[in-house]
Amino acid sequence: MNNSIVTEKDGQIGLIRINRPETLNTLDQRTTASLCAALETFGADQDVRCLLVTGHERAFAGDADVPELVRTATVEPASAGQTGTWEMLRGVHKPVLAAVNGYALGLGWELVLACDIVIASESARFGLPQVGLGIMPGHGATQRLARTIGRARTLDLVLTGRMISAREALDLGLVSRVVPAENCLAETRNIGRELCRRSPLALRMAKQSVVAAQETALPSGLALEHSLYRLLFSTDDQKEGMRAFIEKRPPVFMGR
Amino acid sequence: MANSFSTLAIDSREGVLKITLDRPDGFNAFNSEMGVELSAALRMAQRDDAVRCVVLTGRGPAFCSGQDIRDLRAAAEAAAGGPALELGAYVRDTVNPIVLRMRTMEKPIVAAVNGVAAGVGISFALASDLRICAASARFRLGFAQVGLVPDGGATQTLIQQLGYARASELCLLNEDISAAQAVEMGLVSRAVRDEELENATRKLTEQLKAQPARALGLAKRALRAAWTNTLEEQLAYEAWLQATASQTIDHIEGVAAFLEKRPPAFTGK
Repeated sequence: MNNSIVTEKDGQIGLIRINRPETLNTLDQRTTASLCAALETFGADQDVRCLLVTGHERAFAGDADVPELVRTATVEPASAGQTGTWEMLRGVHKPVLAAVNGYALGLGWELVLACDIVIASESARFGLPQVGLGIMPGHGATQRLARTIGRARTLDLVLTGRMISAREALDLGLVSRVVPAENCLAETRNIGRELCRRSPLALRMAKQSVVAAQETALPSGLALEHSLYRLLFSTDDQKEGMRAFIEKRPPVFMGR
Repeated sequence: MANSFSTLAIDSREGVLKITLDRPDGFNAFNSEMGVELSAALRMAQRDDAVRCVVLTGRGPAFCSGQDIRDLRAAAEAAAGGPALELGAYVRDTVNPIVLRMRTMEKPIVAAVNGVAAGVGISFALASDLRICAASARFRLGFAQVGLVPDGGATQTLIQQLGYARASELCLLNEDISAAQAVEMGLVSRAVRDEELENATRKLTEQLKAQPARALGLAKRALRAAWTNTLEEQLAYEAWLQATASQTIDHIEGVAAFLEKRPPAFTGK
């Protein structure tokens, strides 16, 4: 039985804890597979409205298991259309929150970069050590970082492997908020609970639109945004949200 | 605790870890060896749950006379032919971690300035949380005297402590400051007669020990964050820390003691 990934439902939050306390949450293949399975399961679960990924006290998630890579890696080109591990999150149409309590390194940071709202503890540290191992980030970092913070700052991080603090990550726009370590998970849960009270449809469309901003040219992004916006007017949730606003009461969204 | 240090004396008792800078033949001048040992002593204080507060003081007529100039000279001569002592790397690797550890350690540090404080000695005093001095203490930044720039965070902590104008005077004029002047400008909180320094320091540590340790640590963190936060950020930060503090046993004890009109007995938990 593999307990390196612990899942739990906290109300409508699907909580996923990466739990390899004997390591800095090294993402060996088994852990990564379990993690993806958990993300997929919660992603498809009708009762789950948002996902929350966290680690343990010292580490959110580490890099891949190097000895394991040495044993198993083979030289073969990626087959057509094959992408990094975390691209599976494209199939998750719910907000994915990350509570980063400690280190997020290599593959682990790439996971963070694929999440939607990132709450970092003051003691969190981020780094991409892969180039130092004679390889490179292969699960999203070069593309997501370059599109977020630009070429010069990305290459500084990718080529030198320099670790950055939570503050620096916040300044670079790579995390959403920085909070004291003791509050990191609680604060992220609070955000999760808040999102659970919102319309899942509105969350989904809004997320889709923002994600598209990094992938499309502005005119098509704007067109997508506007069509999603119009689409939401056909939902029950829109009617409920606006009626509740006028009646000065909290809305109850059904996701329809 | 075994004293395996050669430039410091460590005395840990009843929750107070006292670090005495101890190179009396050189006015407790700071050198790389003292740097390593001071770092180790601070780490010890930080990790040992029994330690509730730290005292930093010096033996003999000086608190700390700043960087050992002879050391700089020797290093420069040793490196003859090559570049002179890599002072930038030295500051980065030896001085800076000490200052950062002092500022981030979630335990109060009292600087008991017993005598001459110069150069990085002043920086260490400024990195402490509370400062008192002996009447005979004198202060001189001194960096300019040897063609250097104030380090150990002094250019920032002086501004925080004294304001920009006073900080500039100290950095640019390089004058001797008496204990009385130091009190007047806020460099130290108060000066006491030389023979009373030890008692006055003990009184402070007794006071600190009677306080709830966790809450003090969090307060120190909040004060540090305040230098860079906007009011909005700081208010949010205080709320977060309050959420943590309110879960401590000391908080429950403090409230109970207040309602029962008795002095609280804090355990630091």
